[in-house]
Amino acid sequence: MDFEDTKEEAEFRARARNFLQKNARPRTGKGMLYRAAQADEGILREALEWQTKKYEAGFAGITWPKEWGGQGGTAIQQVIYDQEEAQFSVPRGIYDIGLGMCIPTVCTWGSQDVRDRYAVKALRGEEVWCQLFSEPAGGSDLAALRTSAVRDGDDWIINGQKIWTSGAHYCQYGVIVTRSDFDAPKHKGLTYFFLDMRSPGVEVRGIKQISGASHFNEVFFDNVRIPDSQRLGKVGDGWKVSLTTLMNERYTIGGRAGVDVDEFVELARGIEIEDGPALRNAAIRERIADWYVASRGLKYSHFRTMTALSRGDTPGPESSIGKLVTGRKLQDMSAMALDLLEQGGVVTDPEVAPMAALFHQTLLTSPSSRIAGGSDEIMRNIIAERVLGMPPDMRVDKDVPFNKVPTGKG
Amino acid sequence: MNFDFSDDLKQLKDEARTFLEDKCPSSAVRKVLESDSTHDAALWREIGAMGWTGAAIPEDYGGAGLGHLGLCILAEELGRALAPVPFSSSIYYAAEAILAFGTDAQKKAWLPRLASGETIGTFALAEGPGKATPKRLRATFRNGVLTGEKLPVPDGESAAMTIVVAQTDRGLGLVIVDLASPGVTRAPIETFDPSRKHARLTFRDTPAELLGPPGDGERQLAAIEQRAAILLAFEQVGGAQRCLEMAKDYALERYAFGRPIGSFQAIKHKLADMYVAIELARSNAYYGAWALSKNAPQLALAAATARVSATEAFHFASKENIQVHGGMGYTWAFDCHLFYRRSKLLAVANGSARLWKDRLVTELENANAPA
Ligand SMILES: Cc1cc2nc3c(=O)[nH]c(=O)nc-3n(C[C@H](O)[C@H](O)[C@H](O)COP(=O)(O)OP(=O)(O)OC[C@H]3O[C@@H](n4cnc5c(N)ncnc54)[C@H](O)[C@@H]3O)c2cc1C
Repeated sequence: MDFEDTKEEAEFRARARNFLQKNARPRTGKGMLYRAAQADEGILREALEWQTKKYEAGFAGITWPKEWGGQGGTAIQQVIYDQEEAQFSVPRGIYDIGLGMCIPTVCTWGSQDVRDRYAVKALRGEEVWCQLFSEPAGGSDLAALRTSAVRDGDDWIINGQKIWTSGAHYCQYGVIVTRSDFDAPKHKGLTYFFLDMRSPGVEVRGIKQISGASHFNEVFFDNVRIPDSQRLGKVGDGWKVSLTTLMNERYTIGGRAGVDVDEFVELARGIEIEDGPALRNAAIRERIADWYVASRGLKYSHFRTMTALSRGDTPGPESSIGKLVTGRKLQDMSAMALDLLEQGGVVTDPEVAPMAALFHQTLLTSPSSRIAGGSDEIMRNIIAERVLGMPPDMRVDKDVPFNKVPTGKG
Repeated sequence: MNFDFSDDLKQLKDEARTFLEDKCPSSAVRKVLESDSTHDAALWREIGAMGWTGAAIPEDYGGAGLGHLGLCILAEELGRALAPVPFSSSIYYAAEAILAFGTDAQKKAWLPRLASGETIGTFALAEGPGKATPKRLRATFRNGVLTGEKLPVPDGESAAMTIVVAQTDRGLGLVIVDLASPGVTRAPIETFDPSRKHARLTFRDTPAELLGPPGDGERQLAAIEQRAAILLAFEQVGGAQRCLEMAKDYALERYAFGRPIGSFQAIKHKLADMYVAIELARSNAYYGAWALSKNAPQLALAAATARVSATEAFHFASKENIQVHGGMGYTWAFDCHLFYRRSKLLAVANGSARLWKDRLVTELENANAPA
């Protein structure tokens, strides 16, 4: 048992570190996590420059096969690169969905021509992709979606609405699941495409989040034409194709960092409560220990996953718990952080609020990590059903034609 | 990155599981639970014969020299089986303490006998309810003899030797006592989990011998507790895992409202939460195993982390296992209570989670104190 890299891994790590040291600024704690409250022009340009550099140095698409324009590397190399990159302040995030979920789906299901046209452009950062899945009528229950696709010659005509589409306002392309058959049972009548977001009839409207920022959008489709050549998978096989996207989602979202125990300890050390620094208070110490144990448990679970990857094995189910544990922890930790500040906890002015209001921001952003990419409840269902073998939920919508399935208002 | 047990040790784990499923079914646990016997003597003999007791004891002292990773593996399986044997007292405490602090003569005198299982050892710290702080302890070692009362002492009736934490002229210290010596009285004491027996031990001018320098007891005690915390964490993870499996099986076979109870989300989510707690605890225990096997500088923090994580996971899994079983879970006949009892026994056996949380944060403070 050890934490050492193999010789090849160590070489790869050294190469990654060398690249990062030459091209990126080291992480300086605090603030930097939330630099990009709004994805403005400047941020997008910086992100593009960084992504292009990464591509040119061979650190984009590390695990992608060469036929996709990737490096044909191993999963462990990706993990190593991510570990190294986490020590630096780099403009990341904008490409996560496209490179993490959309393009892998496009390349898995698309022809070599399609791969050649889109994959490298996306890897270089020149084209940004979004995921047009959720709808007002279908989030957790994605297959309840109603955006329609009707065949018209060589094209399909799309009508309907998507919602919560992250980044749609700056993306050039998107992947979309639609309903092509309303008479088939819900999972059977879906068809999957990719499309140019600049197509006539696509309208993107920002949605303001509880944090005040607008990272996600409503996207309306009014007789939007998509060529049949942009269909992925067979007509009616859209659910199967969606699963490729969703499998990748759990991995993309699971590994994201945020504030953690170190930041809380720093805060608790500096804040005076009734009996001295908060860090000396027994109740606070208990909470810190709880979060530390959760945080380390995840870290070491990640090491177990890495070990499996390093041997070329498929990671065990331990990799499915990350999002569930982190979301809760972030929310509880930021709530307790504000409690320590008592009435002053309400102040978000970064000049006054400790650590440039990092915990205030986290309090407002943390609810999203318990919803996006599969809510806590859905994640528990997944663990219970796929890992522990419990029977699936009772379904009232199975084998019923979609247009006969009961729905709520609105 | 190779954060896993070797194939050899995994094989040992499989063998241990098969052996214990055969020799230590819950009926064996109940036999000790429901009688006055101090432990399952036949099982203990076999465990000794297979070299488990000597797993982490160097070959020079009669052990198998498998190292602490091997001991961790065995601990998990013993915990899973709720083995009613004095393994933790004799090995995690007595043998580990002598290994860490004994003179060569003391090691030669005791380790081979502990390694073979022929002698049962234990560790006597508590003197009644409440935390055994150095100030509160009354047992005293002076002029070569020990006087005082220890309660509860795990395996106090079956042990042939014990290590006692006592006051010395220079502060807290550890002493070794041969329990055949004069002045020793022992009496069984009723406990929450009689599958692991405890006793009241009194010493009156009992000859004893220092283990390590006098006055160093607090540091020694901390070191012993840290090492035991990691080994016990494996027992706890093993027990918790078994609870999850029991709950899972029952949820599939028990029907209510025309369907398996495992199809209700309230039950599914409970099982998922058990799974998450156990995975975290397992990973933290693995890190502890690494720190223990390397005697790493991170040992104190790793021990606290493993201890807190495993204690909470076992408590959670054992109580929710009863809940999933409904009324059946509350019966003597079902095994749920065996795990529920053991989880609490282990939770208080080596310092409560509350204490270890405080220690954990102290380690964090030390690790990144501002310059
Ligand atoms: C920040 C953010 C970014 C996002 N980005 C994108 C994106 O880029 N593209 C995209 O397509 N989508 C995106 N989403 C949408 C996201 O996938 C959905 O919000 C999510 O799947 C939940 O769906 P919903 O909002 O419809 O909630 P609902 O499904 O209506 O859920 C409401 C509540 O009911 C519970 N619930 C629902 N079904 C079950 C069940 N079977 N069992 C138990 N409880 C259940 C949920 O857990 C939740 O608590 C984003 C969401 C957020 C918050």
